[in-house]
Amino acid sequence: MMSNLDSQEVVSKEIADLHAGAEGETQPRLDFAPYRSSLLRHPTKDLRHADPEGAELVAPVFGHSDIDPVEADLTIQAGGEPIGERIVVRGRVLDGDGRPVRGQLVEIWQANAAGRYIHKGDQHPAPIDRHFTGVGRCLTGDDGSYAFTTIKPGPYPWRNHHNAWRPAHIHFSLFGTEFTQRMITQMYFPGDPLFALDPIYQAITDQKARDRLVATYDHDLSEHEWLLGYRWDIVLTGTHGTWMEADDA
Amino acid sequence: MPDLVATPGQTIGPFFHYALPFDRDRELVPPGRPDAVRLHGTVYDGAGKPIPDALLEIRQADATGQVPAVEGSLRRDGTVFTGWGRCAVDSVGRYSFTTVVPGPSSPGGAAFYAVTVFARGLLNRLFTRAYIPGDADALEADPLLAGLDPEARDGLVAVREEDGSLRFDVHLQGGRETVFLAFPRHA
Repeated sequence: MMSNLDSQEVVSKEIADLHAGAEGETQPRLDFAPYRSSLLRHPTKDLRHADPEGAELVAPVFGHSDIDPVEADLTIQAGGEPIGERIVVRGRVLDGDGRPVRGQLVEIWQANAAGRYIHKGDQHPAPIDRHFTGVGRCLTGDDGSYAFTTIKPGPYPWRNHHNAWRPAHIHFSLFGTEFTQRMITQMYFPGDPLFALDPIYQAITDQKARDRLVATYDHDLSEHEWLLGYRWDIVLTGTHGTWMEADDA
Repeated sequence: MPDLVATPGQTIGPFFHYALPFDRDRELVPPGRPDAVRLHGTVYDGAGKPIPDALLEIRQADATGQVPAVEGSLRRDGTVFTGWGRCAVDSVGRYSFTTVVPGPSSPGGAAFYAVTVFARGLLNRLFTRAYIPGDADALEADPLLAGLDPEARDGLVAVREEDGSLRFDVHLQGGRETVFLAFPRHA
């Protein structure tokens, strides 16, 4: 394909330059030029520190009237067996003090095994699986646990640069006990060869922080002649209810 | 207690439309209710162009300043006010919630909608506030607004339109860049 897009080499060099001298950052940079779509979509001023109050201190509440337990199984939603590698993703949602986030909403969405989303905007010429929508929801348990049965998503191409491919991932949307803990992220699979090349993943400049987005294969979660198990725990930011001044970082 | 490091955020990406929106997601109250107000606006990028793939959420108190903690947002029946809503912008960057005007969380305080912004190209969510216009004393005394220069401050106060609706535009970047917030204990 003819293209005026930059090469992977150019983008990888930009990533390396931005990583040099970066250390200990725990969240992605908002200003990360190798991810071209971020150029005009990141604030240029520092975030303003504010003491949360009122509605910011109370997360929305979800319950069993909001979702159906079958929404946690993405392999049974569309009237037939989806194609692909059946997996379970299981873990816990904790707050910054290590407390489980109980009874809270977790939402996921993902591509199918061929790397195709059911979305009008996804024109990647890979097959749609009519038995897979790639959307799931559940409520966490008393110990903060969640679990989704799904199909391992495939990597897919995008137009950030020439021959750009996203590592396989599942989008996660999370709530805590305060609205200040709201977050959306992506879970990745261990050993993906595309990690080093991906400007979205690499917008997190610290390897230890990047590792926190990678699930681990857990054979104890795998089921005989049925599916493979991955474990991924999620930590939200700290709450303010038990805020100790010494923690103000 | 252990102080754990938070999991990093990532962009919402371009493909959330078939997953996150739900029926009546933006109707915190039914549109026909006498006290219903429309909170609406446009999300712009640094070139001043509307962003067609952003998603906003609001969290708010009711008219008395109480923040509801009740289920029922995902299957709204029109009778329960949950104080939370979600709205994906349209192809020209516009969002619109139907809700009520929140009361202040403390007497004499400045009332606001807590707003969270997600977008393709935005690597982590952003928090801001859409303050309710009108109560000049309360706005004047608000600790966040008091620390801002006038232009930045004005950007956080919704505008009362002639039709009674509240307009709050979000500028991710540029001369009119919205003030975005970090909270203590956030890395």
